[in-house]
Amino acid sequence: MSRQLATGLGLAALLLLGCWWALRLVHGGPVGPGFWLLVLVLVAVAWLALDRLSAEPVTARIVPVLFGAWLLFLWEVVVAGFDVPRVLLPAPSAIGRTIANSLGLLRADFVQTFVRAVVPGWVMGCGAGFVVALLIDRSPFLQRGLLPIGNLVSALPIIGVAPIMVMWFGFDWQSKAAVVVIMTFFPMLVNTIAGLAQTSAIERDLMHSYAASYWQTLLALRLPAAMPFIFNALKINATLALIGALVAEFFGTPIVGMGFRISTEVGRMNLDLVWATIAVAALAGSLSYGLLALIERMVTFWHPSYRRRR
Amino acid sequence: MAAASIAQRGGIATPGSGRALPVAVVTLAILLVWYLGAIWLNAPQVIDRYGDQPWTWQQLAADSWSMDRPVLPAPHQVMAELNKTVFQTAVTSKRSLVYHGWITLSATLLGFVLGTLLGILLAVGIVHVRTLETSLMPWVITSQTIPILAIAPMVVVVMGSVGLTGLLPKALISMYLCFFPITIGMVKGLRSPDVLATELMHTWNATQTQVFWKLRWPAAVPYLFASLKVAIAISLVGAIVGEMPTGAQAGIGARLLSGSYYGQTVQIWAALVMGSVLAGALIALINLAERLTLRAMGAQT
Repeated sequence: MSRQLATGLGLAALLLLGCWWALRLVHGGPVGPGFWLLVLVLVAVAWLALDRLSAEPVTARIVPVLFGAWLLFLWEVVVAGFDVPRVLLPAPSAIGRTIANSLGLLRADFVQTFVRAVVPGWVMGCGAGFVVALLIDRSPFLQRGLLPIGNLVSALPIIGVAPIMVMWFGFDWQSKAAVVVIMTFFPMLVNTIAGLAQTSAIERDLMHSYAASYWQTLLALRLPAAMPFIFNALKINATLALIGALVAEFFGTPIVGMGFRISTEVGRMNLDLVWATIAVAALAGSLSYGLLALIERMVTFWHPSYRRRR
Repeated sequence: MAAASIAQRGGIATPGSGRALPVAVVTLAILLVWYLGAIWLNAPQVIDRYGDQPWTWQQLAADSWSMDRPVLPAPHQVMAELNKTVFQTAVTSKRSLVYHGWITLSATLLGFVLGTLLGILLAVGIVHVRTLETSLMPWVITSQTIPILAIAPMVVVVMGSVGLTGLLPKALISMYLCFFPITIGMVKGLRSPDVLATELMHTWNATQTQVFWKLRWPAAVPYLFASLKVAIAISLVGAIVGEMPTGAQAGIGARLLSGSYYGQTVQIWAALVMGSVLAGALIALINLAERLTLRAMGAQT
């Protein structure tokens, strides 16, 4: 164990103790300038601890977690210490309590929005974009026509079709899935086309010299080479899909769903539940993103950006 | 556009063929599908209205392209609505799309400027301070998996309840959305000078400030412009969604919402086209700035 690691761990332990003390103080009653001095000292200790720990490869992995916990602590202390009105920003502890108290409600919302609308929409939109890209792969003419338009459409505020989809497909999850399909289609199309063009002439000539057919070249060379682009689109779309479904719910829903919960509870100024829903959405978004990144690492293990880390 | 040039370098394009013809053909095909779709989607209502009267296909097509509240308005109806609300209406009127477009545009631009500054600042910090890199970078990425756009209306309402109204709440949402591509692009760009160049600076005994201004910053400029194009597009999306809460009086988002409440499909589509034109124009502007800047910096095109 190096000295740096030892100091880092020692500082982290000190930090933990200090934070616990500060939390007890701030929830015990009104606090004075002495308390904020303590927080300032803790900020300095946290910086030193993170600095030492991020220098060690072993502990560098947990630094982001510590940093996140540290931000939560600051949030809690500032909200409790300054008596920030709950309408403006509830404390993390209050949000946590709300999550624990309304698990059933949150689960129903999650199923309605994420399982019924986001996932099918994402699969259909990405699938359609991928298939269309493959279909027009053999026609340079269509490609040159569709690429500029696809690029343009990807930059447009497509989310605006949400009210139209709600009119066409009704209030239930179908309209949300439709918005998700439209939002995810074009990034996938553009990225797959760009990815399929990634191979160099030398590689394709090699396949040609093996007498490989179009499909063999596609499966053995061009699709694997396109994978980084395809995963890029899958990851972008994971976030887009969640946003699309939630925003579409503002234009009309049955009385369940995360977007519905957010808009109605804001109206009732019940901000704890709003933040609880946001926490669930953020968790779902981060987990799907992380899962995709993991799969990407397994599929594109050959890519320089992953090889260099070893 | 970059992807298109990659495709051409990849040897897919046949020599001597431009892009104008394919784009025109695809656009025409889309228009054709649109008109046919308008008939298909509107026909049930039109036939319903005919009742027992006999009708012909021409009549059906003509009627389904000129409904008052069509399920899918035909392109020329959207154009007519645009013409009416953009050119035939005074700019200061609440019925003018130019007025609403301007409200959205100002929030977009303010958020874009703030987000760009924040993004560059974060990138400079991340590149220069190791602790920031290990602790902050993962959270920069996580911050984007939070569907902030979905809570944009809430942010606007909550800020309104403490007295912050008008441009700023919308601009803050745009800022939150746009700092991310800038940070990611700039971290990549500021790190893009190769080892030889950095070591050359080192042999000249250059300070960190000098390395930054003479090597890192110029190397990052192309990355900056690529990020700016992404950022301005999502900044516009942020501003539009920020206008959707019921309290919003003006802006493209408010037009979308009121159109959806009153079933004015033509108005929704006109607002959508207006938003798209704005997005296209903003990106074209950045493209122009990019070309001028890179040429001034001596790039070969």
